[in-house]
Order: sequence, then C-alpha cells, then structure tokens
Amino acid sequence: MAHVIAAALPARKERSQVVKARGYWGNVWQRLRYDYVTLFCLALIIAIVLLAIFAPLVAPMDPYKSNMAHRLRPIGAPGHLLGTDEQGRDMLSRMIFGGCVSLTMGILPVALATVIGGLLGVVAGYFAGGVNMAIMRTMDVFFAFPSVLLAVAISGSLGGGIGNQLITLTVILIPPLCRVAETATSQVRSMDFVDAARSTDASTPSILLTHVLINILSPVLVYASTLVSVSIILASGLSFLGLGVSPPTPDWGLMLSTLRESIYVQPLVSAVPGIAILITSIAFNLVSDGLRQAMDVRA
Amino acid sequence: MLTVPILLGVTLICFALVHIAPGDPIQNLLSPTASAADAARLRAAYGLDLPLPIQYFIWLGKTLRGDLGMSLASNSPVLGEVLRAFSNTIVIALIAVILAFALSMIFGIIAAYRTGTVSDRAVTSIAVFGISVPPFWLGVILVIVFSVNLSWLPATGMGPGGSKTFDYFKWADFKYALMPILTLALPPLGIMTRTTRSSMSEILNQDFVTTLRAKGLSELQVIAHAVRNIMPQAIAMLGLQLGYLIGGSVLVETVFTWPGTGYLLNKAVLTRDIPLLQGTILVLATVFVLINLGVDLVQSAIDPRIKRN
Repeated sequence: MAHVIAAALPARKERSQVVKARGYWGNVWQRLRYDYVTLFCLALIIAIVLLAIFAPLVAPMDPYKSNMAHRLRPIGAPGHLLGTDEQGRDMLSRMIFGGCVSLTMGILPVALATVIGGLLGVVAGYFAGGVNMAIMRTMDVFFAFPSVLLAVAISGSLGGGIGNQLITLTVILIPPLCRVAETATSQVRSMDFVDAARSTDASTPSILLTHVLINILSPVLVYASTLVSVSIILASGLSFLGLGVSPPTPDWGLMLSTLRESIYVQPLVSAVPGIAILITSIAFNLVSDGLRQAMDVRA
Repeated sequence: MLTVPILLGVTLICFALVHIAPGDPIQNLLSPTASAADAARLRAAYGLDLPLPIQYFIWLGKTLRGDLGMSLASNSPVLGEVLRAFSNTIVIALIAVILAFALSMIFGIIAAYRTGTVSDRAVTSIAVFGISVPPFWLGVILVIVFSVNLSWLPATGMGPGGSKTFDYFKWADFKYALMPILTLALPPLGIMTRTTRSSMSEILNQDFVTTLRAKGLSELQVIAHAVRNIMPQAIAMLGLQLGYLIGGSVLVETVFTWPGTGYLLNKAVLTRDIPLLQGTILVLATVFVLINLGVDLVQSAIDPRIKRN
C-alpha cells in the first residue's frame, strides 16, 4: 500500500500545479504574452524612453551646437543621419534629446491627473449626495470646453514655459479621469463586500483603500493609458503654438514649428519631428488597446 | 436643463482666465513715467479696484449685452472680430465633419460586418492612424506634397479676395479650403470609425439580427435594420465632433493661416491680447455647449428609449 500512495503523490502534486489559479494579473499577463502587436509597441516605447533617458550618452553630437555652414543638410548627409536643422544643428541628436520633453509631457500630466482626478472621483462616487454634486458639476463645466480650446485658453493666459504646460495638461486631464473613477466607484460601492466591510466597522479610509481603490484600478489605469497619446499630441500642439518650452531646448513640437519655415528647402527633414510624435502616439494607443483587451475592461 | 448653470460655469472660467494671466494689466497700459496715483486712477476707471465677485457680475452683465470688450491689438470690438472669423471656421468644420461622418459610417459598417478580415484590419489601421496623428503635422505634410512638390494647391490663406468674396462653389477659391478641410477631417474620421465599428458589431451580434435573417431578409436589408439602431448614437457622435472641430481648429488654422477663430486665438496668444483670447474662448465654448444641447434634443426626438428628464 505504502509504495502505491508514494507513487500517487507526485502525480497529485503535478495536477494541483496545473489547476492552481493564476489570479487576475496572471491572467492579464497570460493574454498579453501572445499579443505580439502590443508587446512590440511596448518594446518600442521602452526603447524610446531609454533613448531619451540616456540621450547624453547616445546622441552623436551636441544638440545645441549650431553650425551655420551646415544648415539644412538633407537626410543621410555625411555625419548627420537625419540631416541638420535651420541652425545647422544635428537633427538626430536633437530628436534623441527632444524625446525627453515630449515623453515627460505625455506621461507626467497623465500620472498627476490620475492621482488627483482619481481621488476626486473616488470621493465623489463613494460619498454621493452633496459631495458628488459639488465635484461632478464642477467637472461638467470643464467638459463644456473642447480639450484643445481649454488647453490654449489656460496656456495662453498663463504664458509659455514647461511648468505652465504641465499645469495646463494636468488640469485638462483631471475631469475625464475623475468621471471614469466616479462611475467605477459608484458601481463598486453598492457591492456586498463593501457592505460587509462597513458592517464590520471598518473605517472609511480603509474601505476606500482596501476595497474600492483595488477594484477600480484597472478601468482607471486603462483609461489613463489612452490619455498618454492625447497628452503627447496636445503638448506638441501647445509647443507648436509657442506655448511650451522655449528655444533652443529641443522638443518635437517646437522643432516641428521652427522647421515649418524650411519645408521648401528640406521637406523631408521638416517631417522628421512629426514622424516621431506619430510613432510614439501610435505605440501608446496600441498598447492601451492591448491592455484594455487583456484586462477585459469595456470602453 | 443643465445648460444654464454650465454656461454660467463657462463664463466663470473665462473670467478667471484674465486673472490667472501673470503681470498687472494696468502696468502695460501706463507709460513708464506714470506715478502711483495715476495707476490708482486708471485702476478705478477700469473697475479693477473692486472686489472680484463684483467685477465678475459687472463683466457678466456687459457680456450678456454682447460687449466682450476691445481687442488690445486692433482696438476694435472683440465680438465683431470673433463673429467675422467664426463664419470662416464653421463652414470648413461642417464640410470636414460631414465628410468624416460619411466615410466613418461606410468604413465602420464594413469593418463590423466583416470582422477579422483584411478590410476590417485596414479600417482599424486607418482609425488608429487618425487618432494618433498630430493634426498640424498632417497639415505640414499635405503642404509638402501638394504645394511644394506638386504645386497643385495653394499652401496658405484664403486667396486674393480674402473672406469677403470667397465662394466655396468656385474651384479657384475652394482649392484654398481643401487642405484645411482634409486635415480637420482625419482625427474625427478615426474616432468616429472606431465608434461606428464597435456599436455596429454589438448590434449585429444581437438576437433580432438572427431573426431578420431567418425571416429571409437580404443582407443589405439586415444591415439597414442595424444601421437604424446605431443612428441615435451616430448623431450624438457627429455633434460632439463638430463641436471639437470648431473649438479645436486652432492648430490646423494656424498651419494654413486660415482666417477663422482658431487663427484668431493664435494671434491673441502671440500678441498676449487677453480680451481677444477671453472673448474668442467664451464664444467657442458657448457654441460647443449649444451644439451639445441640440444633439441631446435631436437624440431624444428620434430615439424613444431616451426620455427627456
């Protein structure tokens, strides 16, 4: 008998390994693993981020060093893979350095708005009543502006500069995130486990943190990820209007704007910054589509 | 009827714009040799010494009577400038949104009907491109291709006659509007195609579609039934996108120096003409709110499931 049991044991162990549940995030990863488009775009984003972080090490030249004798060289010119701009600065180096500002303006405002808008939304959704009215009606006023218009309004009044651009984008992204968090929270708050927590005398902050926040995390994060490309495009638009970083700091939107003067001389070189914005923004959009599917969040 | 409180909120934000602008507006008006007493007198003359809530109500009263102040740069009434520019914006925005709507319905329906096929993938790619492309860059590319390389279309402006003699039905004039319209149309095309595709495929998966087929209707008739079901949503989307185009045309109009409200905004930003900035934004936001109101009314009129509260 003993050896029969002993022989059966490893088999049972094996089976229990197979049956073991992977958990929510395990499932998400399992679905993402075979989504090659999303993985490719994720790798692309990581590559762009790394290039921007290590720009001083990677860039072949000084992005600020101008050379009037080498102005507006074409793509593939000797020593300048992507040509040179209107002041003879190396385009490749400026593109690599420029990614830093553009990516920061894509990610940082979304992160700030997720925290602020998310908290406001959770508070509005959980407490309902007057608090909800006050917060959500204020947000409705911001929805009365198309986002580009609100961006130009705030940025135009505050004036240019990278700090003002950050404030502007954060303010614009808070209302939509707040709305998504509020909807998700008001669905979660009527669920049995929240009632159960309340009946065991759990404090409101602990209910919010341990029960509500965890359950609204995936819709809010998926929604926030769709806003990264919106933020990049808005930021480059503001820079294009002169409401972003000041020259000579390299930034894709600003470069697009200054090189516009040169489209008759070097059309291809003038198109380069826009291509970078387009690729980054497509990559972020496809990753957020993939995340949405993997996390099974409805739009 | 939330429209009135929302419009009041809009005026509050527009009023606040002047006050978040850095710098003292009085200092810009005074000569450098002016004394502090002169500054105080001018401040009182403009009512800037009153408490903010009172200033707001005075400003609101003027605004309701159609007085949006004077532009600092041109010294003419802001309202007149905005309305003149608005007529140029609304026409190209309307053409662009109708073009985008028609194409997005066709693309979205094809993609939803033939989910997973090559045509579905092609449509989805166009949609992703549309929502990812920076619109002003697309404008620059069109200029490079059609003006610089092919010399088919003029790069900027409204032609020799300007907006007074502009005739959208004459090719000599319309060719100036063509590239701005195409540039404006692409982002809403992307968004609306995605929406149409997802709502259409949701409808096509419902049981009544199977019933229609079982009744022996042709596939075209089945599609017609499904399209009827997505129409209320499609119209809401159309209105929202029209509002976005009217309010968000600043970048595209700047690229093409198209003399609409967007270009006016850009001018106001560049010259730091805050009254012009404030007035233009107030008008555009009001139009956006009214379009949304119109969409709600139309939607509840054509869809009996939506009850008016």
